[in-house]
Amino acid sequence: MNIFKTLGLAAILAATSGLVHAQDLRIGLQEDPDVLDPDQSRTFVGRIVYASLCDKLVDITPQLEIIPMLATGWEWSADGTELTMTLRDDVVFHDGEPFNADAVAYNLDRSKNFELSRRKSEVSSVESWEVVDDSTIRIKLAAPDATLMAQLADRAGMMVSPKAATEAGEAFGLNPVCAGPFTFKERIQQDRIVLEKFADYYRADEILVDSVTFLPIPDTTVRLANLRAGDLDMLERLAATDAPSVMADDGLTMEKATSLGYQGITINVGNGDRANTPLGQDSRVRRALSLSIDRAALNQVVFEGAFAAGSQPYPPDSPWFNSAFPVPERDVDAAKALLAEAGLADGVDIEVQVANNPVQTQVMQVVQAMAAEAGINISLTAKEFATLLEEQTAGNYTASQVGWSGRVDPDGNIHQFMTTDGGINDSKYSNPEVDTLLNEARLSNDTADRKAKYDAALAILQEDSPIVYLYHQVWIWALDDSVQGFVPYPDGMIRLFGVSKTE
Amino acid sequence: MLAFIGRRILIAIPTVIIISIFVFALQHMLPGDPILVMAGEERDPAVIEALREKYRMNDPIPVQYLAWAGAALQGDLGISLRTQQPVLELIGQKLPVTIQLAVMALIIAILIGIPAGVLSAYKKGTWIDWLANIVALSGLSVPNFWLGIMLILLVSVKLGWLPASGYQPLSEDPIQSIKVMLMPAFVLGTGIAATLMRHTRSAMLSVLKSDYVRTARAKGLRERVVLVKHALRNALVPVVTVITLLFGELLAGAVLTEQIFTIPGFGKLVVDAVFNRDYAVVQGIVLCTGIAFIAMNILADAAYRVLNPRMSDQ
Repeated sequence: MNIFKTLGLAAILAATSGLVHAQDLRIGLQEDPDVLDPDQSRTFVGRIVYASLCDKLVDITPQLEIIPMLATGWEWSADGTELTMTLRDDVVFHDGEPFNADAVAYNLDRSKNFELSRRKSEVSSVESWEVVDDSTIRIKLAAPDATLMAQLADRAGMMVSPKAATEAGEAFGLNPVCAGPFTFKERIQQDRIVLEKFADYYRADEILVDSVTFLPIPDTTVRLANLRAGDLDMLERLAATDAPSVMADDGLTMEKATSLGYQGITINVGNGDRANTPLGQDSRVRRALSLSIDRAALNQVVFEGAFAAGSQPYPPDSPWFNSAFPVPERDVDAAKALLAEAGLADGVDIEVQVANNPVQTQVMQVVQAMAAEAGINISLTAKEFATLLEEQTAGNYTASQVGWSGRVDPDGNIHQFMTTDGGINDSKYSNPEVDTLLNEARLSNDTADRKAKYDAALAILQEDSPIVYLYHQVWIWALDDSVQGFVPYPDGMIRLFGVSKTE
Repeated sequence: MLAFIGRRILIAIPTVIIISIFVFALQHMLPGDPILVMAGEERDPAVIEALREKYRMNDPIPVQYLAWAGAALQGDLGISLRTQQPVLELIGQKLPVTIQLAVMALIIAILIGIPAGVLSAYKKGTWIDWLANIVALSGLSVPNFWLGIMLILLVSVKLGWLPASGYQPLSEDPIQSIKVMLMPAFVLGTGIAATLMRHTRSAMLSVLKSDYVRTARAKGLRERVVLVKHALRNALVPVVTVITLLFGELLAGAVLTEQIFTIPGFGKLVVDAVFNRDYAVVQGIVLCTGIAFIAMNILADAAYRVLNPRMSDQ
């Protein structure tokens, strides 16, 4: 009897709570985010959650211009080593603590010095800071750093509540307290992350849903099935092959943005003994490989033409793309000629490692077929991603199909890969001229000057080709028709300002 | 009976220790560096060194094992490297989910498998027997992932009857919870039902030929009583063994089923943990699964004795 009473009560409660009509936006993610601490986290998908949870000092526009967020304005000293930021004075953290210059100082210190911080290299140019007054902070750099503003537009610029972070220590990510439009409610690993609208948010009028639930659903087919069945309101990273069926569906809409990242083949040119191959030692072989690939056809076959063909670290529509070197057409004869010039008229065998997922494998199988026609015989070794990464770092590879998720500042797509001491330079490519150009481009705040330096570096890299770039991913979001106001950004994030849901 | 169970538990202890050493060693033999995975895309060398120190990855493996085992004995299975959540808490969250899935799947399997097995043994050689065999064979042959996706497309997307994926705790909304779990449990259960049906059938066939069944019939007992009370009860002894063994298969099947239906259970936890090289989580899960498996075996042995008292004096 009792159980029936309880059930009846529950039913009444459920029915009446429906009347209040709390609007929940349900978003399907491709992966389960890692720890929700902006200083500790490392995944792309985690940043999608932060876009609703943790505001940053500055933000970007879809055109990648830096705009104010928690900082209202900023000024560089003439020598580019001092950045003075003015801050909003109407912001509180989710725990009610005030946001001010002291909080920024705390956060800079945490990114730089916290034992588990993954942000250390992003703020390495920051030497010290000074709280000028409650709403002004002065950041001092060891040397000019043009990339800093872009870092502060991402995780390094996310502000966490000093009180909550001090109390929670390493475990902060289990219950993150930031200053974004939504507060953290609960997380069940691999199932859901629930955020609720923050009543005291300084731009509360732009937030039009009451809560947002992120649901990690890795299988793209199942993710789309959930959207179609009405269990999701939108999803990120729709498979390119599903795009035509979504467009044909009356109840769904689609949004796209070319990503900031790239996919390519990283070649071992100086990382240990395995660099001693014709491919590693002779740039003509690498250029022949590049020329043998029909990038448009690759895009068509594997991605239904939805992605963007590419041959540089920046997508062709980026202002940083060097237009003197357009994406090359396939030229098998030229590729053969280059091989002959290198003394390999009879062809060459190379081994490429690839992540063991269906899409990357398919990409490489298409490349394999194309390269074979030019006399480049590729054998593929499929590896699970963590293994592939380890082999690549250790130099235990000839060539490796990998990518980069991309950064707002052009430096982020090239410096660490192409400079001699770059942290992720797994090819161990080294060219003093490129080092100089890329190091100098970092120091200047003058866009035209930087562009000239990147152009010059890219010209050399076209010749040396330590990475053969293949394509640029396009972020594809699928939305239910009831969701309005979503603006796609090239960083792949989901910003919920102005996003509404009609019943 | 208690002495018997106590003896079995004592024997189980070395097994658990061996399992834990085995998993620890195997895991460290896996290629792929957990710290490299944790360091993120940038792979900052300073970060990598700090993390290695912090998580004692520089220590020799036996030292790491002893540190882990010592903490585990005190009930501390460490924290997830990926999310900082304590492993024990994670297991506590995920275990009920997979148990619910496994129990529902087992119920479905028993409801289909045992009656089908009894019927096909009783009607041996008729079209009923053939039909049951064909259904069982297809249940065994159809891969879970295919059946899962087909069911999602049909039942959720086309017909809109059940949610496509996800999870609802039983305590929060029992009806919704069972609805969400119905499809995955069916997918997981059908494969098991087929195995169960075939074992029940062959056990029933041999029992039906035995003398006491003939005696029962000669006594003039009704056929239903002969079948259920006399034959099935004895035929169930090997079937219980099979169910215990199937429990392992159920857990393994749950790994795949949970991936397809995005159920945040044990299986999904362990797969994600392996790919992320989240050592503490993998170790914790394998340890718990090992203990659960041993417990199931002890329970099965106890169940034999209840079903067949003759075994007690062995």
